[in-house]
Amino acid sequence: MVLVLALGDLHVPHRAADLPPKFKSMLVPGKIQHIICTGNLCIKEIHDYLKTICPDLHIVRGEFDEDARYPDTKTLTIGQFKLGLCHGHQVIPWGDLDSLAMLQRQLDVDILVTGHTHQFTAYKHEGGVVINPGSATGAYSSINQDVNPSFVLMDIDGLRVVVYVYELIDGEVKVDKIDFKKASTSTSAP
Amino acid sequence: EEEMRRLAGVEDEEKWLAEGIAGIQHNAFFMHRALDANNLREVLKYSALMLSELRTSKLSPQKYYDLYMRAFDQLRQLEVFFKDESRHGLPVVDLYELVQHAGNILPRMYLLCTVGSVYMKSKQAPSKDVLKDLVEMCRGVQHPIRGLFLRSYLAQVSRDKLPEIGSEYEGDANTVMDAVEFVLQNFTEMNKLWVRIQHQGPGTVREKQEKERNELRDLVGKNLHVLGQIEGVDLEMYKETVLPRVLEQVVNCKDELAQYYLMECIIQVFPDEYHLQTLETLLAACTQLMVGGLSVLSVLPSTILPTVDTKIVLTQLMDRLSNYAASSPDVLHEFLQVEAFAKLSNAIGKVIETQIEMPIIGAMTLFVSLLTFTLRVHPDRLDYVDQILGACVVKLSSVPKLEDARAMKQVVALLSAPLEKYNDIVTALTLSNYPRVMDHLDDGTNKVMAMLIIQSIMKNNSCISTADKVEVLFELIKGLIKDLDGTDTEELDEEDFQEEQNSVARLIHMLDNEEPEEMLKIICVVRKHLMTGGTRRLPFTVPPLVFSALRLVRQLDSQGGDITGEEVSATPRKIFQILNQTIEVLSSVPCPELALRLYLQCAEAASDCDLEPAAYEFFTQAFILYEEEIADSKAQVTAIHLIIGTLQRINVFGVENRDTLTHKATGYSARLLKKPDQCRAVYACSHLFWVDDIDGIKDGERHLLFHYSPLLCLRRALRIANAAQEMANATRGSSGPVTLYIYFYEKGNPHITPSDLQSLIELINTEMQSDDNGNRRTHSDPFFTSTLRYIRFQKQKGGLIGDKYDLIKL
Repeated sequence: MVLVLALGDLHVPHRAADLPPKFKSMLVPGKIQHIICTGNLCIKEIHDYLKTICPDLHIVRGEFDEDARYPDTKTLTIGQFKLGLCHGHQVIPWGDLDSLAMLQRQLDVDILVTGHTHQFTAYKHEGGVVINPGSATGAYSSINQDVNPSFVLMDIDGLRVVVYVYELIDGEVKVDKIDFKKASTSTSAP
Repeated sequence: EEEMRRLAGVEDEEKWLAEGIAGIQHNAFFMHRALDANNLREVLKYSALMLSELRTSKLSPQKYYDLYMRAFDQLRQLEVFFKDESRHGLPVVDLYELVQHAGNILPRMYLLCTVGSVYMKSKQAPSKDVLKDLVEMCRGVQHPIRGLFLRSYLAQVSRDKLPEIGSEYEGDANTVMDAVEFVLQNFTEMNKLWVRIQHQGPGTVREKQEKERNELRDLVGKNLHVLGQIEGVDLEMYKETVLPRVLEQVVNCKDELAQYYLMECIIQVFPDEYHLQTLETLLAACTQLMVGGLSVLSVLPSTILPTVDTKIVLTQLMDRLSNYAASSPDVLHEFLQVEAFAKLSNAIGKVIETQIEMPIIGAMTLFVSLLTFTLRVHPDRLDYVDQILGACVVKLSSVPKLEDARAMKQVVALLSAPLEKYNDIVTALTLSNYPRVMDHLDDGTNKVMAMLIIQSIMKNNSCISTADKVEVLFELIKGLIKDLDGTDTEELDEEDFQEEQNSVARLIHMLDNEEPEEMLKIICVVRKHLMTGGTRRLPFTVPPLVFSALRLVRQLDSQGGDITGEEVSATPRKIFQILNQTIEVLSSVPCPELALRLYLQCAEAASDCDLEPAAYEFFTQAFILYEEEIADSKAQVTAIHLIIGTLQRINVFGVENRDTLTHKATGYSARLLKKPDQCRAVYACSHLFWVDDIDGIKDGERHLLFHYSPLLCLRRALRIANAAQEMANATRGSSGPVTLYIYFYEKGNPHITPSDLQSLIELINTEMQSDDNGNRRTHSDPFFTSTLRYIRFQKQKGGLIGDKYDLIKL
């Protein structure tokens, strides 16, 4: 059982003061093995904060990030899964599933995690999964009018990944989960 | 050597003590023999001899006490003997007379007190008379240590014979007043003896004397305890007699050690309600206490006179009163009735005024104590809190510049206390003197305080919701907002500076009001302040302001048009004007990349509000920045993608506007520096021509136009890709367009035929097989491979999709 935290688009301090207190109290150090972050933190303080939750932090560049050295895309292998990470402002039209699927093929990954739209989504697509953890702070978005703070926790176990999404709606944390199973250990095939 | 002398001295003392004890034991032995024989004469002889051991002046208080206690024990047995007339045959009156013939005064007095105890018990004379007699006769012993112990003995034996209320000794002749009078007199004499042990002379001698003083102090203090315990001493008597007399002695003795100790005693011994009711008197005494330099001994330059730390006395008093107030809510009206706050603040004011030598830190410490008291006792009285701050301002104004770091810390403590107490910055913002106190901090500390204020707001999740309060707040934190006179931002550590500015940025999100008119006022106030920040601060502070305004725009837009029909200033159009002017300021920094992003955000928001001119204006500004300011090729790539991505989503533009912007975007895309970048950007532009959402189209004709142009874009992209075939990873350029072809093919664009797709795939396949020199390629392009895989996958799907792909042969 490997826990992977996926979050992004915090936009601190441009669009939000901080993570919601209820989220902060849930994100306890030592419980999570990896963090993948879609970008737009935007400042070093947030980077440092995330590192305290888990030192294995993977992050890609959002268009408002202070640190220009983050890469545009990143791939990594966790257990049986190949994960791809990209902020998403590079993929036009923004949020378009087909275009994202192209990126997934290009990176050749099972799970693609992107952000930018501040809208949580999780699709099964052509034998792979495309996930958007939304905005962890519920930051303003020009794309999405109604943003609730959200993040994703993936539990990777063998060929199975359970995606838990945590959303803060009207002051309460609501949790939902989605199950995905990989067909085989080879790279994604129909 | 000094150490050896000291040790030698201690050794000597041990020796003398031992001698004294031996002497007592020796005479006690014979005294006991005489007691057994009921031989009064012998008893008196040997008891006097025994008591003579107490005549020594060689012992320190600790050792003397040892000796005294042994004598004391013997005297108890003697008293038993005296009491039993049948044993010695003398009436107590005569006995009282007889013992006065003892040779030396000290033994005489001890014997007299012992007999006096019996005398009082016999009730043959009013106890008040005996007490008076004894307390006066003790005057004969003027040696401090000997006198103190003697009087202590007197106090002990008389304790149970005081004519308190309810005691058997009470009567017409004896009243509580007499008891009080006796104790007061004994106290006064004891204090006089005590202060005679002056701490003067060189270091070690003075230290020794101070130590002795401290060892003896409880003997003096005990009297106050007794006064506190006497039945019948009510508030009235305390007010009229006890306190004035005690304070008289305290003030007049002009001894720092005594004053400090006795004030402490008074505060601790007597009930808090008494203190409340005598507050004025107590405080008046405080202001008269000794201050270093006013004592006659100040002529000696080598001595460092201890000052009575009036601050500590006052603080102790205020602490007790605070706890008293906390003990029960009924008590609070007493505080109001006696005007406790007014009296305390006056006294403190006076102390600070008269003690001109008092350093600023002393005054600040007092203010902190008073504020603590006020916050505990009168938390709802913000006017009191403000008053204290006002007094602080006055004091701070009296010095040209506050330089003492410790004093500065106290001022910060003073300013932090209301923040912590009220947990709500808004309350602190109503204190008119708060900003004035902050003005007196040096710039560094001012910023520290400003950060504390912001932290308090963040911690408590406070929301500041009116423009007036925001104005006050930003005045308070002005040290962070702009360069104060005399500071140089260059000096500040980069990391610290960023932390500061990011804190200000976060703060902006804590300013909110649901009422759009008020929210707009808030935004304008914030903007006014931020504009004074200078080019170093703007990149940090402008973005949160912009997004705050965009949130307001969205709120207004979702609320729909104004219902009331009144003239309002909070309209999206108005706000966009402000936004445009605000983002423009960033050109002074300059930070074109940030500004471009902000313009694009505004463009999209304007589009959502159906404001075509505003949206177009924002795009214009973005393009100008792209053209003129963004030279770095990597930055250009990101920028053009952001422009394309935004434009793709915008549906407010009419034909002409959209045309202009689209062609500009496409043109810039084709002119990017690197071929692969050109390729990607151009085919991204293809989305600008294709509108998925039929409902979003405004003009029927436009639909047709869009049907043609994606193909043009794609062809252009492919041309660029082909031109870059020389490069090793050129096929990457080709596979991109392939997928775009597929994309539009699937969406049903009639201008991409299966044969178009087929020939493209074949072209790439050929490319894939061999490189320029005709050699077989060893690696395949994974992107292309996965694209082929995708096509096979779609073929298997069946239905419409399967049919479409059926026509493609791989």
